[in-house]
Amino acid sequence: MLTRLREMHSPLAWGLIAGAALLIAALPAIGLPEYLVPQFGKFLCFGIAALAMDLVWGYAGILSLGHGLFFALGGYSMGMYLMRSIAGEGVYRSALPDFMVFLDWKTLPWYWSGFQSFGFAAVMSLVVPGVLAFVFGWFAFRSRIRGVYFSIVTQALTYAATLLFFQNATGFGGNNGLTDFKRILGAPLHDPTTRRTLYLVSAIALLGTYFVCRFVVTSRLGRVLTAVRDAELKTRFCGYESTHYKVFVWTLSAMLCGLAGALYVPQVGIINPSEMQPSNSIEMAIWVAVGGRGTLLGAVLGAWLVVGGKSWLTAAIPSAWLYALGALFVIVTLFLPRGLVGLGAKLRPAVDMVIARLRRPAKAT
Amino acid sequence: MVLSPAAHAGPLDDAVDGLAASSEDAIIVNVGRLAALDDPRAIPALSALCDDRLRAGTDGHAYIFDNKTRDVKHPITGAVIGSPPRPLKEVETSNDIRRVALPVLAQLQLASPNAAVRLAAAEELSKTGSAEAATLLHRALSREQNVGVRDVLSEAVARVDLASSSRDARLAALAIVEKTASDAFLSELQRMTAKGPNGTAVETDPQVYAAAMSALSAVKSRQRLIAFGGSLIHGLSLASVLLFVALGLAITFGLLGVINMAHGEMLMLGAYSTYTVQTLFHNYLPGAQQFYLLAAIPVAFLATGGVGVVMERSVIRHLYGRPLETLLATWGISLLLIQTIRLIFGAQNVSVANPDWLAGGTQIAQGLVLPWSRIAVVGFVILVAAGVWFILQRTRLGLQVRAVTQNRGMAATLGVPTRRVDALVFGLGSGIAGLGGVALSQLGNVGPEMGQSYIIDAFMVVVLGGVGRLAGAVAAALGLGVINKLIEPAAGAVLGKIVVLVFIILFIQRRPQGLFAQRGRVEA
Amino acid sequence: MSATAATPPTMEDERPTPIVSIVIPDSALPDSPPPADDSTLPDVGRRPYVLWVEDLSVSFDGFKALNGVTLELETGELRCLIGPNGAGKTTLMDVITGKTRPDTGGVFLDRRENDLTKLSECRIAELGVGRKFQRPTVFQGHTVYENCELALRGRKGVWSTLFRRRTPAERDRIQDILKIIGLSEHAARPAGLLAHGQKQWLEIGMLLAQDPKVLLVDEPVAGMTHAEMERTAELLRSLAGKHTIVVVEHDMEFVRSIARRVTVLHEGRVLADGPMAEVQADPRVVEVYLGE
Repeated sequence: MLTRLREMHSPLAWGLIAGAALLIAALPAIGLPEYLVPQFGKFLCFGIAALAMDLVWGYAGILSLGHGLFFALGGYSMGMYLMRSIAGEGVYRSALPDFMVFLDWKTLPWYWSGFQSFGFAAVMSLVVPGVLAFVFGWFAFRSRIRGVYFSIVTQALTYAATLLFFQNATGFGGNNGLTDFKRILGAPLHDPTTRRTLYLVSAIALLGTYFVCRFVVTSRLGRVLTAVRDAELKTRFCGYESTHYKVFVWTLSAMLCGLAGALYVPQVGIINPSEMQPSNSIEMAIWVAVGGRGTLLGAVLGAWLVVGGKSWLTAAIPSAWLYALGALFVIVTLFLPRGLVGLGAKLRPAVDMVIARLRRPAKAT
Repeated sequence: MVLSPAAHAGPLDDAVDGLAASSEDAIIVNVGRLAALDDPRAIPALSALCDDRLRAGTDGHAYIFDNKTRDVKHPITGAVIGSPPRPLKEVETSNDIRRVALPVLAQLQLASPNAAVRLAAAEELSKTGSAEAATLLHRALSREQNVGVRDVLSEAVARVDLASSSRDARLAALAIVEKTASDAFLSELQRMTAKGPNGTAVETDPQVYAAAMSALSAVKSRQRLIAFGGSLIHGLSLASVLLFVALGLAITFGLLGVINMAHGEMLMLGAYSTYTVQTLFHNYLPGAQQFYLLAAIPVAFLATGGVGVVMERSVIRHLYGRPLETLLATWGISLLLIQTIRLIFGAQNVSVANPDWLAGGTQIAQGLVLPWSRIAVVGFVILVAAGVWFILQRTRLGLQVRAVTQNRGMAATLGVPTRRVDALVFGLGSGIAGLGGVALSQLGNVGPEMGQSYIIDAFMVVVLGGVGRLAGAVAAALGLGVINKLIEPAAGAVLGKIVVLVFIILFIQRRPQGLFAQRGRVEA
Repeated sequence: MSATAATPPTMEDERPTPIVSIVIPDSALPDSPPPADDSTLPDVGRRPYVLWVEDLSVSFDGFKALNGVTLELETGELRCLIGPNGAGKTTLMDVITGKTRPDTGGVFLDRRENDLTKLSECRIAELGVGRKFQRPTVFQGHTVYENCELALRGRKGVWSTLFRRRTPAERDRIQDILKIIGLSEHAARPAGLLAHGQKQWLEIGMLLAQDPKVLLVDEPVAGMTHAEMERTAELLRSLAGKHTIVVVEHDMEFVRSIARRVTVLHEGRVLADGPMAEVQADPRVVEVYLGE
């Protein structure tokens, strides 16, 4: 086990990671303003999604333009639990959610059953995206759909799902989605303690996700994965069933994204089909591209930078955000193929030289 | 007809003049006289009487006043009277007069030598449906020679007879209804077959009831057929737009292996070019407004082609061999394009009006109108597809393009200017999409995000049709467009899209290379 | 060459090349893991052929690349496959390794039940058929060590690789292989940084690691120096016997130095088959190589 841990990171790196994790987890306690706690919690969830994206794109070379779908499905699962937990407290005072009463529905649809239990919803937030990913991935990878073909098919999938969920008849609240949540496991959502707990849980989940991802990519499987990315046919000739590997990492990634969504929803208080839109998913890709593909930590960093930038810019100059985003896509792909982490690596020799110069003792000759 | 048109006033003239009498009864009597005379020359006068256009002159004669030209005319000949005997008194018509006059008018019109007049009269009469109308119609039908008028007359007779008290008449009428299956009879049939609260039908005779049900199902299946036809046509025009988008995509993807996420925006730019040209024509060349479309076509092509070339030169060229990055970079470009258009034209839809020669449509069957705009789009795409085929297969540029597609390195060593070919091809592909935008502007709304809703379908066309083969793109676009629209009425647009998507994914299982694949040692 | 090649040429872009078969000397494998299949079963009732091809035909868009090819490989032999370009050598290798499906005919490994034309590439590799391509295809982003490690014989399922530990036995095996192929000092280097010849050797090393029963080797000495050619010939000769090898080569001198039996393909058919001297003297072969 210890060797395995050493394979994952050097002790120094482990120390830094532990330190950073502690710092992040302790933020609310050491002075993060109350109203920012859910915001930062949201960032943590995006970090999880970014890791999931990096796993599948940076390491397996599969660019998904529809990961938002898995994120949203996880979110909807949790949303359904939250909805059912406030049964009888809506505008219509009915056991059914308000939007169903509005549609004149008399009973809860069968696919809502079970979601009154938190445990069930939590499990479903992993299982539903996982199963969908498994089935879709099985069919797609088995017929050797790869590269851009695969990407545009994922985009079509998420687009179709968005359309489906926008419809009221589907039973998930239509374009309003699920909202007006009040409590989670009895605790009021707007209560500072609840918020801090959710934040902490998200931080732990992020750390756990990082651990899982790092474990995977430093294992033999991880090396096979990158081999499949670089030369799939060759791996097949070496005896590896590449389809299985792709399906595995694709499903794992989807489940992690579902987890991120499930933690996201209680903290933002709403889930609607716009989370599934292709544009959302494509933005996830730019997080990873900005930070640095295939570096895990870079992906998280990229996510925080881009989402942070978006929050700031949409508040400061709203119409500029789309320009900035579009330009970001172009600039990063053209000039930063390895993201900021890669840039850092390139700059390292220069930095080293500067440091060496600074260190040179001022000796008189 | 018998009377000479000389100054000698005959019974016709007298009766016509009598229409301008001062007493209502006298007018009615004269209407009766005109009915007995059965002379179609009385039509203008009777018509004027019903329209409040009849005038009584001080000389006791009747005159017709033309509202449009403000002329006074002779009631029978229609000749313009230069100096009518003023003042002219308006002949007041009452509902009683009209009730008597209109059928007589119809009777005379049914005997008019002009087929169009007879047609109009028949249609008019079938709506009123009184018993007198029935006899009139029957009489007219027996005399009628013109096929077109006969059909309308039989329908009119049928409609009137459906409410007849005679069982045989109703049966005969139903036979005609079933044969024509026109949905004009729908409400009447439904009334006849409707069941009252106690379970018995309005129509009591069982044989007639059965005939009515049979006719009802005939009408309904015809309705379904027409709806199907309508969906088919709608699907064809959707397929045409898809083909515009997919053609360009197939070319750039086939040649460069690049999926251009901004391709939908080329469509949008083409539509906005059309809008701009329309506005320019409106402001500077109002006289030639009808021809703006002809100018818009080359403008859109060149504008979008130009944008495509710039894109290729500045961004895409640097990303060759990295298709996934190209995908992301072009997505970024699409965001920039959309936002720029929003800035210039606003976020709302803009309207592009069809020129007159494209407005309206042709009715190919009752209830089914084929809009000219959709026909034009189909024709346009056929032209463009043929043009593209020609360029690719019969010109030097096309040869170079095909060479570079198959073996870039080899083509380069043979002296083919691959860089230039790349840029030109990208421009061509974008330009074709721009032409699609021109077409789309004639069919629907133009807004900054219009390209987004077509791009996914276009991708599916490329996936389904196989890469690099025009025939594949055509077949797939056709298939997808038509199937999409056929499923829509039954399952709704969303489900239709989902069904199509699932179908594609399953289809790719069996044939990963698409509909028309290039087989060989090199896997495309 | 930068350490971070954005997208190394994938094998999908290549023309598949004739296969190289390489045999691993016993000395390199102190403890060979049990083979994936049951070839250790007693020989009773089994044919002496380890791999045979029956009436194989493949056509592409009307062009007949292989036309009724029949070939039998005896266990442990070292066969050379020669023929002019377009003769079908590559296609034959493609079919055997599962890259291309034939129109008719079958390929059998050990027993009639193993029809390779019905199996996937990785299953065929699992059963013990290894291939070295003409253009060296190694995993550019991985180190030399990792390349060999990936090829190493063993369980290759998802769960096995997820929890696989690096054992000392494996490490030793890889070190031995690296020694044989002369890349011991480069173990930690990314394979993309190697020179062309070194990549060739790495691929040979990967094949040694894979330890297949049948080795298909395509143009192993293309671009090699005389000394390297000697080394390769020696390696191949030593590998034969324990493993079966098919070598596709154009360099006649090399072929002469290693071949016992030669098969000549021409226009999708077997033109001649037999000892080197006999084939060389065959007038049909002479005509095909020198005539027209």
